[in-house]
Amino acid sequence: MKKKLTTIPFKGTQAQEAQLDELIAKNKDIPGALMPVLQGAQEIYGYLPQEIIRHIALGMDKSVSEVYGVASFYSQFTLTPKGEFAVSICLGTACYVKGSGKLMEEFEKELGIKAGETTADGKFSLTDTRCIGACGLAPVLTVNSDVYGRLTPAEVKGIVDKYR
Amino acid sequence: METVNIKINGREYTVPKNSTILEAARYAGIEIPTLCYLKDINEIGACRICLVEVVGARGLVTACVYPVNEGMEVYTNTPKIRESRRMNLELLLSAHDKKCLSCVRSTSCELQKLCLEYGVEETHFGGAMPESTPDVSTSFLVRDNSKCILCRRCIAACRSLQDIGAIGANDRGFDTHVAPAFEKNLADTSCVGCGQCIVACPTGALYEKDDTQKVLDAIADPTKHVAICTAPSIRATLGECFDYAPGTDVEGKMVAALKRLGFDGVYDMNLTADLTIVEEATEFLGRVQNGGTLPMITSCSPGWIKYCEHYFPELTDNLSTCKSPQQMFGAMYKTYYAQKMGLDPKDIFFVSAIPCTAKKFEVTRPNQSAAGVPDVDVAITTRELGRIIKTAGINFRDLPDESFDAPFDIGSSAGAIFGATGGVMEAALRMAAEVILGKKLEKLEFEDIRGIAGIKRATYKLGETEIRVAVVSGTANAKKLLDAVKSGEEKLDFIEVMCCPGGCVNGGGQPTQPASVRNTINLREVRAAVLYNDDKNAELRRSHENPAVDILYKEFLGEPGSHKAHEILHTSYIKRGL
Repeated sequence: MKKKLTTIPFKGTQAQEAQLDELIAKNKDIPGALMPVLQGAQEIYGYLPQEIIRHIALGMDKSVSEVYGVASFYSQFTLTPKGEFAVSICLGTACYVKGSGKLMEEFEKELGIKAGETTADGKFSLTDTRCIGACGLAPVLTVNSDVYGRLTPAEVKGIVDKYR
Repeated sequence: METVNIKINGREYTVPKNSTILEAARYAGIEIPTLCYLKDINEIGACRICLVEVVGARGLVTACVYPVNEGMEVYTNTPKIRESRRMNLELLLSAHDKKCLSCVRSTSCELQKLCLEYGVEETHFGGAMPESTPDVSTSFLVRDNSKCILCRRCIAACRSLQDIGAIGANDRGFDTHVAPAFEKNLADTSCVGCGQCIVACPTGALYEKDDTQKVLDAIADPTKHVAICTAPSIRATLGECFDYAPGTDVEGKMVAALKRLGFDGVYDMNLTADLTIVEEATEFLGRVQNGGTLPMITSCSPGWIKYCEHYFPELTDNLSTCKSPQQMFGAMYKTYYAQKMGLDPKDIFFVSAIPCTAKKFEVTRPNQSAAGVPDVDVAITTRELGRIIKTAGINFRDLPDESFDAPFDIGSSAGAIFGATGGVMEAALRMAAEVILGKKLEKLEFEDIRGIAGIKRATYKLGETEIRVAVVSGTANAKKLLDAVKSGEEKLDFIEVMCCPGGCVNGGGQPTQPASVRNTINLREVRAAVLYNDDKNAELRRSHENPAVDILYKEFLGEPGSHKAHEILHTSYIKRGL
């Protein structure tokens, strides 16, 4: 799948940068250490901002295109920040059969973003997940740690309004 | 050399121990087809066209990366292999835009050639095609991913050869595509426009921004005075567009072709290469005598200039302020010659034929308009020139040899060697040495700085003055040397940098040669030999003795390095950073 890029401005602290620089210094001379550095960076920032990919490239003495290539290859890396409220909709078999695809469409319409994206104000992010083990509640979704089950597309607006 | 004994197609061969099957087969006179493989820089076994059978191995193996060992039995041409290669070609074609008829690489495309050999015309695999929009953001090249087969030769050229890495493989699976990081336009990256990606590309996914129509329109416009000058190196390479072997000098036929195309003047850029030397050597001697910024670095290569502006902005004061020979020619033509002939600079359309895609960027740079209009209107590559000649119905091979037009027809052979790495330095040293020593050199060859090595160093003692010089080609080598200059590890007075490995003879605007040629013939060496051969046999071997250059100073510029020379022949740089 094509990796989504964000337009949300990067916000990072000095403490985060110090932590990242320490990680880079530790891995700089180890062949093949780009992956653990990217994993560490995602732990520090929650995602891989463009500024951080550049910073890592400079620190690891690699071209930005090479680091971006790795970051955009692996599905575990995300290039967009999670929203304040992270909506994840289960697209596992049971939920999908029960119409979670329709829920996704409704959320995309309501929030004006596609799956994998975050709203420009940083409030909502939308992702799909595989089975979360609550098939009895299908179709099911979570907003941060709140769980919503047995939903219809008509209920989507109400859920979004609760967090707006 | 250690060897091993192997069998290829049932026959016994003794081959070098550390070779791959591909190399061993070539050693035995057997050609295994490849697509992604480029010797030394892209040995990744990705395209799976070089599949061969190794007795005892599980499945077919890729010959380009599979090492030989004692007793190995290899088959390179069985029905199973041919069928697999054909299938892989079909799979490549399934995601390839098959509009071959008008493709810029039609007949020189390596994929097309293989499809012809294997009888693959259509693909059985219909379905979705990857989506892409051509990147036309720069003034020098186009990337059309609908023709890309993801062989990654362009990435290797940019990353390994040039150490720039403007492009990479983004995303994965069906969405994999070659592009700059963050899906930026190429124009917004540190791409220097060298075009090494273009000459590495096996298909039509990368090509120069075509300016041939602009040239043809100008020639057809009766109100325009259209002139062209040809760079030193293209006489050594244009023949390749007409099936001459690499390393054939076609200067006379090239001039004849240009005259038949209808240019009002056909000139030799060797002349302004000489003018560049006179200005640049004067600038260098001035810097040495007056404590100016040293080391001074040459400025003829526009790809190198952009590289320096991006990667070493703190060294832009070290760059010679001299314009490149191309820009000097346009500037002199639209000032001196326009005045002399009573032409309005606005009515002059000046074309340069060059081995370089970065020159297309150079013509758009600020501070390159001596007469108030751009010095050069259009820069066309050797490839574009070849196409113009072909479509004009000129039988290049049947042309007689003709000579450049006066008064810009005299170029020294010191100007000619500009086309090869080390040539500018050698030409400059011929002048600088004679000025410092106050007498003629008996031996004009500076052999330490010749040849295709990436970094060359020499120290010359000229009377009391010691001059430490270095010559580098390829920006990866430039980076190594300049890092050492910056750290103080390397002490130098004068550096020549050419953006492309081997210099202009190997420029990104030169005729493409398939990997099968690039992997076996050293194009840099063979093409450069033409220029050094010219030099060996020439009567005029010193830029500062070129009588045509002398006239330019006497009639117009005054002294080398004069105020007027600075206004017309010098330029400025931008600190771009990354």
